[in-house]
Amino acid sequence: MKFTLSWLKEHLDTNASVDEISAKLTSTGLEVENLVNPAAGLVSFIVAHIAEAAQHPNADRLRVCTVETGTETLQVVCGAPNARAGLKVVLARPGVTIPATGDVLKKGAIRGVESQGMLCSLSELKLPGDSAGIIELPADAPVGVTVTQVLSLDPIIEINLTPNRVDALGVRGIARDLAAAGLGKLKPIKDSAVTGTFDSARKIKMRLAADDTKLCPQFVGRTIRGVKNTESPAWLKERLNAIGLRPVSAIVDITQYLTIDLGRPLHAFDDAKLNGDVGPRLALPSESLAALNGEAYTLDPTMVVIADDSAALGIAGIMGGEPSSVTEATTTVFLESALFDPMNIASTGRKLLINSDARYAFERGVDPESAITGAEVATRMIQDICGGEASHLVEGGAAPAWKREIAFNPARVKSLGGVDLPSADIKAILERLGFVVAGNGDDWKVTPPSWRADVEGWQDLVEEVLRIHGYDNIPPTPLPRAPMPKVMLTAGQRQSAFTRRSLAARGLNETTTWSFLPGAQADLFRGDLPVVALANPISSDLDVLRPSLIPNLAAAAGRNAARGMNDCALFEVGPRFEGPKPGQQTLIAAALRSGHTNARHWAGARRPVDALDAKADALAALEAAGAPVSSLQAWTGANNGVPAWYHPGRSGVLKLGNQVLAAFGELHPGVLTSLDVKGPMVACEVFLERITPSKKKAGSARPLLKASNFQPVERDFAFVVDSGVTAEALLRAVRNADKDLITDVGLFDVYVGAHVGEGKKSLAVSVTLQPKDATLTDEQIDAVAKKIIAAVEKACGGVLRS
Amino acid sequence: MTDNIDQLRGELLAAVSAAQDAAAIEDVRVGALGKKGQITGLMATLGKMAPDERKAFGQRLNVLKDEIAAALDGRKREFESAALNARLASEHMDVTLPIRPEAKGTLHPITQTMDEVAAIFGQMGFEVADGPDIEDDFHNFTALNFPPGHPAREMHDTFFLPPGEDGNRYLLRTHTSPVQIRTMMTQKPPIRVIIPGRTYRCDYDMTHTPMFHQVELLVIDTETNMSHLRGCLQEFVRTYFGVDDLTTRFRPSFFPFTEPSAEMDIGCSRKGGELKIGNHGDWLEILGCGMVHPNVLRACGLDPDVYQGFAAGMGIERIAMLKYGIPDLRTFFESDLRWLRHYGFAALDIPSITGGLTR
Repeated sequence: MKFTLSWLKEHLDTNASVDEISAKLTSTGLEVENLVNPAAGLVSFIVAHIAEAAQHPNADRLRVCTVETGTETLQVVCGAPNARAGLKVVLARPGVTIPATGDVLKKGAIRGVESQGMLCSLSELKLPGDSAGIIELPADAPVGVTVTQVLSLDPIIEINLTPNRVDALGVRGIARDLAAAGLGKLKPIKDSAVTGTFDSARKIKMRLAADDTKLCPQFVGRTIRGVKNTESPAWLKERLNAIGLRPVSAIVDITQYLTIDLGRPLHAFDDAKLNGDVGPRLALPSESLAALNGEAYTLDPTMVVIADDSAALGIAGIMGGEPSSVTEATTTVFLESALFDPMNIASTGRKLLINSDARYAFERGVDPESAITGAEVATRMIQDICGGEASHLVEGGAAPAWKREIAFNPARVKSLGGVDLPSADIKAILERLGFVVAGNGDDWKVTPPSWRADVEGWQDLVEEVLRIHGYDNIPPTPLPRAPMPKVMLTAGQRQSAFTRRSLAARGLNETTTWSFLPGAQADLFRGDLPVVALANPISSDLDVLRPSLIPNLAAAAGRNAARGMNDCALFEVGPRFEGPKPGQQTLIAAALRSGHTNARHWAGARRPVDALDAKADALAALEAAGAPVSSLQAWTGANNGVPAWYHPGRSGVLKLGNQVLAAFGELHPGVLTSLDVKGPMVACEVFLERITPSKKKAGSARPLLKASNFQPVERDFAFVVDSGVTAEALLRAVRNADKDLITDVGLFDVYVGAHVGEGKKSLAVSVTLQPKDATLTDEQIDAVAKKIIAAVEKACGGVLRS
Repeated sequence: MTDNIDQLRGELLAAVSAAQDAAAIEDVRVGALGKKGQITGLMATLGKMAPDERKAFGQRLNVLKDEIAAALDGRKREFESAALNARLASEHMDVTLPIRPEAKGTLHPITQTMDEVAAIFGQMGFEVADGPDIEDDFHNFTALNFPPGHPAREMHDTFFLPPGEDGNRYLLRTHTSPVQIRTMMTQKPPIRVIIPGRTYRCDYDMTHTPMFHQVELLVIDTETNMSHLRGCLQEFVRTYFGVDDLTTRFRPSFFPFTEPSAEMDIGCSRKGGELKIGNHGDWLEILGCGMVHPNVLRACGLDPDVYQGFAAGMGIERIAMLKYGIPDLRTFFESDLRWLRHYGFAALDIPSITGGLTR
């Protein structure tokens, strides 16, 4: 919503400066988004007089002007067609900054002729209006004074109107708010009825079924004959220009003006182009209409049109039609001032994709009392500017009932608003805003004015009082709180927070990637999950909700590789989507490594990342999330739930019982090719919500430490097993051979080769025996060794390597 | 006997001095103090002596034994020290070599900022609540007092899912406010929660990304009023930005789900195109807030004449950008390692009020 200071002062009697007004607007909730004070940059520009304008010797279109400022005479080269002797002009001398370009003007030569300044157009000064040539100042403008004294430089104020404040859609409503906030006095409006001198031949016909009358409850019209639709007077054009509207002709401009001035959209038809009675009706199926913006629209029967006996004339409350529009030849107009249903206007506007000032006002809700006053004010303006004779008003329907009473206890201003304000002040604020206050004590009955459809309950009244009193007068009070804060995170929230920090501590960089991804990529990582597509994706690359975090991490690693950073270690903790409904998502911690484990280095060779790096990340995340890591078993193969996007021979899952808590491995080379990224890449996914954080049974006390005083004994064994035997099976067999004595088993060598034969491998383990009661004897150690050898043979068919 | 001892002392000390390496010293030790050593031999004669003589001789012999042992030790240490010095002289490492590679992980600024926000509100007795990214129309709009067809819905640029078999049209939540509804429908007041999370709007340009993060505040009881709202948020921005006397400005605004509604600005300066938080005369919009709308309370089964409270919401990326000087929103989601390392936070940099919010 844009207006100028002088326009505002048309309604508000105030001495306040534009800065004071701007601050007050913002503090009452009409946030000033932009304040342009054109005078600010123009004080150095002065009024000058062209004494002589001679043809430039080297250019047809340039003139060499002799310009007088009262104190000096300058030579200025000018290309404007209207530069001529005798003209009063705006002169920029070297050193001033030209507002349009921000450049400082320099003395120079144009086509070989020295120019000691510049004669300015409106656009060069960033002023609205016609910029075909230089500014032609009035002949009586005093030479030598600054141009801010002679140009009409009206500050332009633009406010960011919140959708509830329809009352402030008009300059008058803004003036009313400022007056209520104590910044001046609201001037009376000249809205007394115009006396009609004849009966309009054209009547109103409400062509809406009873159920649909709410779509247009009131329609007021008037015939005005004998008008002369000339150009608008300068003041009117200036105001429209200032706020970016294009003046057309007086009658059109008057309807544009009142839409902004009063927040009251109106429409004027060329009466000669109408046939029969005029009024609202529903559009016919596929009815078409050529609108004033030059576009043709196809309508449907949910939309309201203004129609005469033969055709639709305009889209109700949104835009008039071209065939019935007024032109300079128009001598009789038929004026329309009506009320429309906000929801219906919003829906029609959305369907037709038309944004107009009228739609903006009607879809927010125009003052239900304004149809007749709007018509009267418009008639008066038309007669003032275009002359003519007005008929009596013709009316259809009636203003809808809008009066409602709100029970209000003024103590609510304190209890909800937090501000102690005397009842009398509360009452005064409401009354200044046009509310009618009855009752007393704690039992008030408040009736909002017709223009405040947004005020519904007592809470709204508190807001009205607070915003006029000033939100900044609300005293800040800290929230009362317990002396010692409680734990704010749930177990699950602590779990994911700890997981993030643990992965970062392992050297991984946390990232945040979109919840969506290209459908083709999602398909590679979908498994059994359904496609969760968006109906209106922002682009075809982001059209599906992610079934896994890995493709986004892989793409991120690929982008980094393209920038020369081949070794990535990224992780993300976030949702994967398992279905299209609320709640069908689970929290995943995913990590991905690419390239090598580290950069090339003097201390030794580096190696490419492998599946065990991913397994380590998975285990770290699981441990951080509170999973019983020592009870987890690693399994391989699709039948154990290893997803297909992993390399089938270099991947696994970590299970607790039958439940998969994590999957890990090298990403499938085929999948990487489809993602167009270079491998190897390894990744893991940890299903955080499947981990039940271990419950503290007896408070935070840990079990008693049982540390033995006796020397532990370490013995090494090497077993030859079939190459298909997993390390985990062998380690488990060793560990379980004597659970009391064996406290640790380490795998320190894996050998495949001629020494063990085809299809075999050697696994060497180091076993730690920890006696509790006495030092181990050789016999005891031998006995355990035998148990270990037997257990490995039984479980894995392993033979002690000789 | 005296002469014997003195003579022996002289010989042994001369032998210690003459020894040129550890083995020679050991030979001297064995010759003097070993089982068959000279001093040991003399000790063995004590038993046959008369008591008086034994005492005197024994004392002198012990003195000699200690003296020789000390001389042996001293000489031995000289060798050890010389050997160590020789070893040290031969050992060298270029300690200016770079250390072996150690990966330095980082946390994303969104995580860190959420943790900072939580640390502050945790101090005020808030808990953390969360909810689903996919929402229904009721929780995202209707219950929050956006009537069907209302223009305010359009301003949200909602991502929709295709209509499902159950006839519902689900959407990606456009704000974290639906979790207000979920919280009020499942918990009894008094309620104090913050709700951080992912949010989505169909908008992508310099200053908008289709996914971003918000944190929502909700307080419901029977007493909390706008004065508390202002106090709570003022404490928050002062603590978060680390400016103890940071000024705030409250402006009336409009949100369908609050009444009265406000926007809060904080003091700043934009001199020379550089944004600085502090009391410098200019204002920066930081968040939207207000008292929970009676229609919202009603939608959650709470009587608006009894219960009241406030809600507030702000963009996580926005406050992170402001605090840490991150210039471009879109970079938050690009996973550029250089960016993650530059703007990221150390794993152990855990924000707390008592331990320091920001390192």
